[in-house]
Amino acid sequence: MLREGQVRIPSGCAISGIMNKRGEVFSGQDIIKSIALMHDRSNGLGGGFAAYGIYPDFPEHYAFHLYYEEQAAKEKTEQRLNSLFHVAESGKIPTRRVGSIHQAPLAWRYFVRPKPESLLEDESEDELVVRTVMHINSQIKGAFVVSSGKNMGAFKGVGFPEDMGEYFRLEEYKGNIWLAHGRFPTNTPGWWGGAHPFTLLDWSIVHNGEISSYGANKRYLEMFGYRLTMQTDTEAITYAFDLLVRKHNVPLDIAIATLAAPFWRDIERMDPERQKLFKTVRAVYGSLLLNGPFSIILGSNQGIVALNDRLKLRSLVAASQGDFLYVASEESAIREICPSPERVWAPRGGEPVIGLFEEGGNLV
Amino acid sequence: MTLSLSTPDFLIERNRDRCINCQVCVRQCANEAHIWDEEEQRVKSDDALCVDCQRCVTLCPTHALTIRKYPLEFRENANWSANAIKAIYKQAESGGILLTGMGNDQPYPIFWDHLLLNASQVTNPSIDPLREPMELKTFLGRKPEKLMVQDGKLVEEMPPQLELEVPIMFSAMSYGSISLNAIKSLAAAAEKTGIMYNTGEGGLHKDLYKYGKNTIVQVASGRFGVHPQYLEAGAAIEIKIGQGAKPGIGGHLPGEKVGLEVSQTRMIPEGTDAISPAPHHDIYSIEDLRQLIYSLKEATQYRKPVGVKIAAVHNIAAIASGIARAGADIIAIDGFRGGTGAAPLRTRDNVGLPIELALAAVDSRLREEGIRNQVSLVIGGSIRNSADIVKAIALGADAVYIGTAALISLGCHLCQKCNTGKCNWGIATQNPLLVKRLNPEIGAERAANLISAWEHEIKELLGGMGINAIESLRGNRLMLRGIGLSDRELSILGVMSAGE
Repeated sequence: MLREGQVRIPSGCAISGIMNKRGEVFSGQDIIKSIALMHDRSNGLGGGFAAYGIYPDFPEHYAFHLYYEEQAAKEKTEQRLNSLFHVAESGKIPTRRVGSIHQAPLAWRYFVRPKPESLLEDESEDELVVRTVMHINSQIKGAFVVSSGKNMGAFKGVGFPEDMGEYFRLEEYKGNIWLAHGRFPTNTPGWWGGAHPFTLLDWSIVHNGEISSYGANKRYLEMFGYRLTMQTDTEAITYAFDLLVRKHNVPLDIAIATLAAPFWRDIERMDPERQKLFKTVRAVYGSLLLNGPFSIILGSNQGIVALNDRLKLRSLVAASQGDFLYVASEESAIREICPSPERVWAPRGGEPVIGLFEEGGNLV
Repeated sequence: MTLSLSTPDFLIERNRDRCINCQVCVRQCANEAHIWDEEEQRVKSDDALCVDCQRCVTLCPTHALTIRKYPLEFRENANWSANAIKAIYKQAESGGILLTGMGNDQPYPIFWDHLLLNASQVTNPSIDPLREPMELKTFLGRKPEKLMVQDGKLVEEMPPQLELEVPIMFSAMSYGSISLNAIKSLAAAAEKTGIMYNTGEGGLHKDLYKYGKNTIVQVASGRFGVHPQYLEAGAAIEIKIGQGAKPGIGGHLPGEKVGLEVSQTRMIPEGTDAISPAPHHDIYSIEDLRQLIYSLKEATQYRKPVGVKIAAVHNIAAIASGIARAGADIIAIDGFRGGTGAAPLRTRDNVGLPIELALAAVDSRLREEGIRNQVSLVIGGSIRNSADIVKAIALGADAVYIGTAALISLGCHLCQKCNTGKCNWGIATQNPLLVKRLNPEIGAERAANLISAWEHEIKELLGGMGINAIESLRGNRLMLRGIGLSDRELSILGVMSAGE
């Protein structure tokens, strides 16, 4: 049977996200409870989490989370990492035995800093990390980079998300942003790398939907050197953000207007200056427009952005309480952990919910 | 004079019970296949002159006429078809090249008919174009690789673009090859529907300047009618290198079609042949093309996109990539089924490539080279309906050119005799009596109707796929599956097989 990456698997999902805007850390307990409430939105074939601020001892190191399906893959990967990076610390990601979790790969993490001599001419440290991730994922059989950002990490696998949280002992971590994903793939992804969230550097994305523009998005991204090895929407969306915000320095609001572009009829009503801007955005980046249903939560070290497709074909609810911002597929998943939030709202299609840390709060 | 061995192609059947000898057919047939017999006081026909244009059949008030294939049965021969034999008789008589009109009519594979479209079921919703916005707006022209935005404002403006409401344009047909009324019909329809028409190499008649913002002005090898105001008049300029129906061949408008107005528009003496050389005599290489592209851009102060039209030939992917690098903003590729006002038969039927394969190869190559954004791709060469357009865009086209389909909307019946100048439908003719049969207002309405009908159909198909903006279909080959194709063909088209 083909596994995820060799075949495109449509999925439905549950997503949930919590952030503390002051950057104060809190345990993974809440996010597990929130996503567990939406148990029926997933089918046990995929669950995962992304957590930020969880590695305060290594805030400036890239934290590589890796899955290995065979020992040889670990050796090859470590050879690669050791040759390009100084590895400050490495070790097995702690897990506990959970009855429903089977066939788990070996999960390992490395805190690394690039060796200056590893950088190609004009290459930034981030680009070296991206190059390394692409290399490991496409060239080293049996190895998969789960996450590679600073002071963050992703934990995911085949199973219900709440079981995955228990397996990875997430209640023992403290983070300032938690994202969760429960997946309802139409068929089995076959391996843990296929679960979500998908990450690159400190970007992480949880996503619910099936974008119908995937083929157009993928072929456009490939022109800029991205290799879409997973064949998932989440991967395409992550790379789209990476291309726009990191590589092209496009402001966040314009990046959002690219992925969930305003309709022409709305652009026609804008003032001439904005009209020209959005017309150009759509003409130039039309191939990055995400079409079809989606709700996504994008996480980074600066904060989160939650976004619906422009027709709002997937559910997404947001709420706030004190310093906390909540977004989830269902309101009940928020009320489960925050029974009476000060504000609850359903963001309109294409209208982002942006939560930035109060200090250093620029997502770009 | 020796005996002609040519036999009729068609049989005119007149139902004498119905015929009222009103002579409509006599007056309508420019080929003079219907004759009024003064002595017998009744209408007769000469089968040998009939071209099967269906004009008389359509206009006969009593439906008395039927045109059939002439039941001439040569002795059965799998190798020597009737057409093959008749062609030799004709050439033995004339010693000349066989000429024809319209596109390749041979039974080559039609890849559009081997491609199937996708639709949404359960996992994502289809979108109803009657309830939700469905956007087809398309921009043609060079796009910057990335956008520079500062303080909510564009740092640099986008290069000039053509803005189309529907990703369809009327392809190049010159004044001379078709009538002024036909061009007026297309120009007005283009204005009505927010698309473009193309002058071809016929210059721009003075009555057409008002349609400038919906006009692509062509610069071809004969440079007929090219002057500064002409270049300024259009929304874009197209350099014509080749045409799908006759790659590698120039053009020849015989002197009898060059009346006063054609002569003024083309800037040549009345009654002289207008010969477009096979190559541009200032373009013998790709670097020469670059010079012409930039000459035209200089001449128009970089305010208009400059495109290059080529015929689909074997090495099309590399040629297109070279044209993109030579600075073209739009590449138009014409497949071997594209129409023509006149072409040598053997060229039309044997030279070039199906547009489907050419398009797929070019789009893939430009993406591999990372220069797909730099240039827009327009394809033509027998787009027959809206589904062909949706498939073309999914394969990677930005927009399509329609020529034959546009003429059919004006009444063309594809008799393939455009070269004779006797078009009974008033389209491919300069005979004033025939030209006035085409009312440009009605023509404009019919052509505009066709565009809006196809627009509706494209929206339905897009909605079914769960897509509400045409850009999400562009190059989205996952929306296509091949059926009845070889692995090799599937891989060139870049699509999976049905069932995969």
